[in-house]
Amino acid sequence: MRLAFSIALRFLKSSKGQTALIVLGIAIGVSVQIFIGSLITGLQKSLVDKTVGSASQITVESVTEGDYIQDSADKMVAIQKSNPDEIINLMAVAQGPAILKTPDDSTTIILRGFDWEDAEGIYKIKERLTTGNLGNNRNDIIVGQDLAEKLNVAVGDTIEMITPTGMKDNFLVTGIFDLQIKSLNESWILTNLNTAQTFLETNEGVSRIEMQVNDVFGADLVALDVERALNDETLTVTNWKIENAALLSGLSGQTASSLMIQVFVMISVVLGIASVLAISVVQKSRQIGILKAMGMHNQRASLVFLFQGVLLGILGAIAGVGLGVGLSWSFATFVVNADGTSVVPLYIDWYFIGISAGIAILASTLASLIPAIRVSKLDPMEVIKNG
Amino acid sequence: MADFVVQTKNVNKVYGKTVKTTALHDLSIGFEAGSFNAIIGESGSGKSTLLNIIGTLDRPTQGEVIINGVSTKNMTKGALGDLRNETLGFVFQFHYLLPEFTALENVLMPYRIAQGKADKKSIERAKEILDLVGLKKVENNLSVNMSGGQQQRTAIARALMNHPKIILADEPTGNLDSQTTDGVYQLFRKINEELGTTFIIITHDRRVAEKADRIVEITDGSVTLDVIK
Repeated sequence: MRLAFSIALRFLKSSKGQTALIVLGIAIGVSVQIFIGSLITGLQKSLVDKTVGSASQITVESVTEGDYIQDSADKMVAIQKSNPDEIINLMAVAQGPAILKTPDDSTTIILRGFDWEDAEGIYKIKERLTTGNLGNNRNDIIVGQDLAEKLNVAVGDTIEMITPTGMKDNFLVTGIFDLQIKSLNESWILTNLNTAQTFLETNEGVSRIEMQVNDVFGADLVALDVERALNDETLTVTNWKIENAALLSGLSGQTASSLMIQVFVMISVVLGIASVLAISVVQKSRQIGILKAMGMHNQRASLVFLFQGVLLGILGAIAGVGLGVGLSWSFATFVVNADGTSVVPLYIDWYFIGISAGIAILASTLASLIPAIRVSKLDPMEVIKNG
Repeated sequence: MADFVVQTKNVNKVYGKTVKTTALHDLSIGFEAGSFNAIIGESGSGKSTLLNIIGTLDRPTQGEVIINGVSTKNMTKGALGDLRNETLGFVFQFHYLLPEFTALENVLMPYRIAQGKADKKSIERAKEILDLVGLKKVENNLSVNMSGGQQQRTAIARALMNHPKIILADEPTGNLDSQTTDGVYQLFRKINEELGTTFIIITHDRRVAEKADRIVEITDGSVTLDVIK
C-alpha cells in the first residue's frame, strides 16, 4: 500500500503539467456542480420564501365554513406537541367578513384578529406598519394601505363596521400596514384577538390555527402529525404544498434539470480522468513492467493508478470547492438588482458541497479503475522485449 | 548430481498460434550455484527467450524450470513475482530505472516491493551497494540526470539489493562504451567472488564471454556448444 501510494505520488509529481490539467478538469466539474446547485437551491429558497415565508404553511380550520374552533389554547398545545422540532410560529386567528362604513362609502372587508406577539412570527406586522402602532385596546384596528387610501382614512379616525349577523360597532384606526400584496392591503383589517372574538361573536372560539415549519418542504408530513394529534373529524388540516401544487411541480422540474446538468458534467469529468490516466498507463508502462519484473504483484501495480485517481480526485475536489464557492459568492455579490440586492441570494449548503466533493473523489477513483485494470494485465515481457 | 541453482528440463517455447515459430527446442541445462556463465549466440537464436524463461518472466510451452530445487511450473503469478523478488536479479540492455526516482530510491525498490517501507538497515545496505558500484557521489541524483554507465551501474546495484542467488543479465553492456563495459564486468566478477552470486550473462562480446567460467552457445533454440573452463 505504502509503496503503491508513494509511487503514485511520485508519478503525479513528476508530470506536474499533466497533473495540473486533470486537477483543473475535476475542479471545473466540481465548481460547476456547486455553482449550479447553489444557484438553483438559492433561487428555490428565495422563491419559496417569497411565496410562503410570510404566510401560514399549515392551517387548521373547521370543516364547516363559518364554524369556530373552541378550546384553541388546548389544541395549540396538542399541535405543538405533535412535532415540537418542526412547528414554529403557532398562532390562532379569529376572522370573519364585515361591512365597513364611512360617511361617504362602504365596502366589504375581512376582519382578522390575533395575538400581536404570536402573529409576529408569520406576518411580522411591526415591520409592515407604515404609520401608527398596533392597538392593544378594545376596538383598536389597523388598516391596509390601499384600503386606507380608498376610503380616505388616517390614523386616529373612527370607522363603523357591521357584521352579517347585524352586530355594529365603532373602531379606532391606530395604524396603517403594507403587506406588499395589493389584494390583502385592500381587504384586510387587523385587530387584536379579543376585539375580533367579541365583534364576530365567536364565543372565545377562533376561525383557524396557523403555523409555519422549519423545513417548508416537509410541511405535508408535519400536517399529518398535526392531524393525528388533533384526531378531530370536525377539523381539517391543509398545507401550502397542496395549495401551491403548480409552484412545487415547477420547482421539482428545476431540480431535475439541474440534476441532469450535474450528472452530465460529472460524466464528462470521469471520461476526462479515465482518458488521461489511460494515456499515463501507456507512458508509464516501462516503469510498471520493470516493477512487475522485480516482483510487484498485479494488484499492487493497479493500486498505483487507483491511488493516482484518488489523489487527483481529492486535489480536484478541494480546488473545485474553492472555485465553486468563489463563483457562487461572486455571482451573488456582483449580479445585483437595481436596488443593490442580489438577483439570486447566496445559498451555501455545506452538506451539498460535501456530497459534490465526495462524488468527485468517487468518480475519479472509478475512472482510474479502467487504467488500473489495464495495468494489472500488462505483461512485463512486452516491455522488456520491446524496450 | 551437480548442485544446480537453476535448471531447465526439456523446455520448448513456441511463439504464434497460426504460424508457429519454435524459439527453444527441448532445451535442458543447469547452472551451478556461484558460477559465472556466458550465453552467446546469433540474434534470434533463442538466448533471450531462454533467459526470460529462466527468469520466470516468460513461461515455457513445454517443460519446466526449477529454481532452488523448486519447480515453477504450477506457481501463480503472485508466487512467481515473490520468487523473482527474493531470488533473482535482472540487468537488461536498457537500464529500466524509474526516472521519477533517485539512484538510491531505485536501488531500494526491490526491497520496498517486498517490505513496503525501507528501514534504516536497508537504506544503509543500498548505500553500501551504490558505493560498491562506485556511485556514492550520485546516489541522490534522479536517474535521468546520470550518464549511461552510471545508469547501468545503478541497475546492477538494484539487481543486488535483495541478496539474489542469481543475476540474469541480457546484454548488460550493449549500450556502453568499451571502457565502461570492462568496468561493469570487473564489477560482476567482484560480486560473484565476494558474494557467491550466480551470474548468467547473455553477451555478443567474445572478449567478455571468454572471461566467464562457462560458455554456452545457443543456435536455433538448442545448445550447440557448452564449454566449462
